[in-house]
Amino acid sequence: MSVALFEAHQLHKRFGDQVVLESISLKFEEGQLTGIMGPNGAGKTTCFNVLTGRFKPDRGSVHFAGEDITGLSPRRIARKGLSRSFQIMNLFDDETALDNVLIASPGVRRRGFSMWSDFARDTAARDAAFTVLERVGLAAQADAQAGALSYGERRALEIGVALATEPRLLFLDEPTAGLGAEGTARIAELIATLKRQLTIVIIEHDMRFLFGLADRISVIHWGQVIAEGTPDELRHNPWVQRSNLGMLA
Amino acid sequence: MLVTLVVLATTPLWLSQVGLYQYLAIEIMIWMLFALGHNLLLGYGGLPSFGHGAYFGIGAYAFGLLQLRAGAGLLVGLVGAVLVTAVLGALVAAFISHRRGIYYALLTIAFGQVFWFIAGKWHSVTGGEDGLLNIKRPDLSLAWVDVSLRSNQAFFYFALAVFALALVGLWRLVNSPFGRVLRAIKQNEMRAAFVGHNVWLYKWLAFTISASIAGLAGALFAMAQQSAYPNVMSLHNSGFVVMMVLIGGGLVSFWGPVIGALVFILTRDLLGAYTETWLLWYGLLFIVMVLFQPDGVAGGWQARRARRAAVARSGHNKLPLAAQARET
Repeated sequence: MSVALFEAHQLHKRFGDQVVLESISLKFEEGQLTGIMGPNGAGKTTCFNVLTGRFKPDRGSVHFAGEDITGLSPRRIARKGLSRSFQIMNLFDDETALDNVLIASPGVRRRGFSMWSDFARDTAARDAAFTVLERVGLAAQADAQAGALSYGERRALEIGVALATEPRLLFLDEPTAGLGAEGTARIAELIATLKRQLTIVIIEHDMRFLFGLADRISVIHWGQVIAEGTPDELRHNPWVQRSNLGMLA
Repeated sequence: MLVTLVVLATTPLWLSQVGLYQYLAIEIMIWMLFALGHNLLLGYGGLPSFGHGAYFGIGAYAFGLLQLRAGAGLLVGLVGAVLVTAVLGALVAAFISHRRGIYYALLTIAFGQVFWFIAGKWHSVTGGEDGLLNIKRPDLSLAWVDVSLRSNQAFFYFALAVFALALVGLWRLVNSPFGRVLRAIKQNEMRAAFVGHNVWLYKWLAFTISASIAGLAGALFAMAQQSAYPNVMSLHNSGFVVMMVLIGGGLVSFWGPVIGALVFILTRDLLGAYTETWLLWYGLLFIVMVLFQPDGVAGGWQARRARRAAVARSGHNKLPLAAQARET
């Protein structure tokens, strides 16, 4: 078996006396789209936070592209090519959509301590940022203030900012949270176009959304991975069947 | 920018006609510089420093000590003062840059008080409560000419040149990638870290630069006053600069601190001529501003322009409607 792009081994995380993650092991293969699902409070977001460096795990290890990244800061992890979006929106609200993407771009990151050059005049970086906006369908809103965008547009921009860092692996935390059917469909379409271009991991509790997109799915419950497999395999999983997925069968 | 510099540059021509005096322009300019530097932290970085008077004071003392103890001339004194402030600022910044919000503010106050206390108590070096007296305005010695800065007018032009350089530098800085990332950190520190920016280093640098500019302003102030004393480092003074930045509208505009410093010093001088309690009235003005115009003078100006633009747009839209109405 080939070495996965991303591998988490026996992660354990507790807050106070509450164990949130109990020995979680996950593998994400290069080029695949993996879904992580589970009920509310199952530890999905905590799991993401540990995987992307926001929290340090108490035990266990995280490897990305063959490198041990356990306990590294989010900044270092981001620089290695791992990017994430947030369930609760995390944008630079006073900046335009274009500048949101631009600030996240590796070009600006490299030249961030340049104190004399003009941010607004770097046309190459602006063009690249504009391309990212086009990918997430926000080209027309490039000059609109992020705080003034509609909820659905902000969801798309959330993904755009994560994409702007030119990641190898993209984590999306509930990209459809709070969206209606139409908005969810638009995000699904967007993610479908990104699929195969890079490795993607999505947390979602909208199972229909996930089953339609993912190559593989891991089900997390009580801080543990309780089931894993392709969407087809999981349809026959007793847990998945019990949790009102009759509509998918 | 040109307008500001031209208005300042021509003050010797008209200032006495409107009943003011040249020294006032010097002081206003020094405070503008101090406030602009402070706004790099508060307005652009969202980092509230309530102990910035300390770095202003350190600049003043450093300039004085370099001159009195080491016989430093003008440029060596100025550069030295900035360097000393930068080093001390960098040291403090190293302790506070992992904090934000109220904890950041409290730490800046604490460090500010430490420096103020040292200035007041370390008699053998700082002269204690009396401060350093007899600081001279050294001549400006360029390669081919010596210029005396002893008159207020000559010193004014020198200070203007320094101010102009700092102004251009700061303008470039806030519009550079560094300035824009700093602004992004203010809006969302966590996201900035997750897209790979070294948030701590940005905050550290912003504080160090801001303190250095305060030090430069302080050194000029020592020349202007021909002395350095602990009072400029007090919490009082640190509060003034925050009020200038906020009243002027530093949170929304680069020019906010410039306006704020002007308003503050003019209020002090004009109201101060009538009443001992000018600060009371200024305080009330500050309260009214914060309640009704929290974005300051610059914010009010921007809102006014936005409204006008909106009116102009809606007027434009009405035309075709009127044309439609005629057709039906």
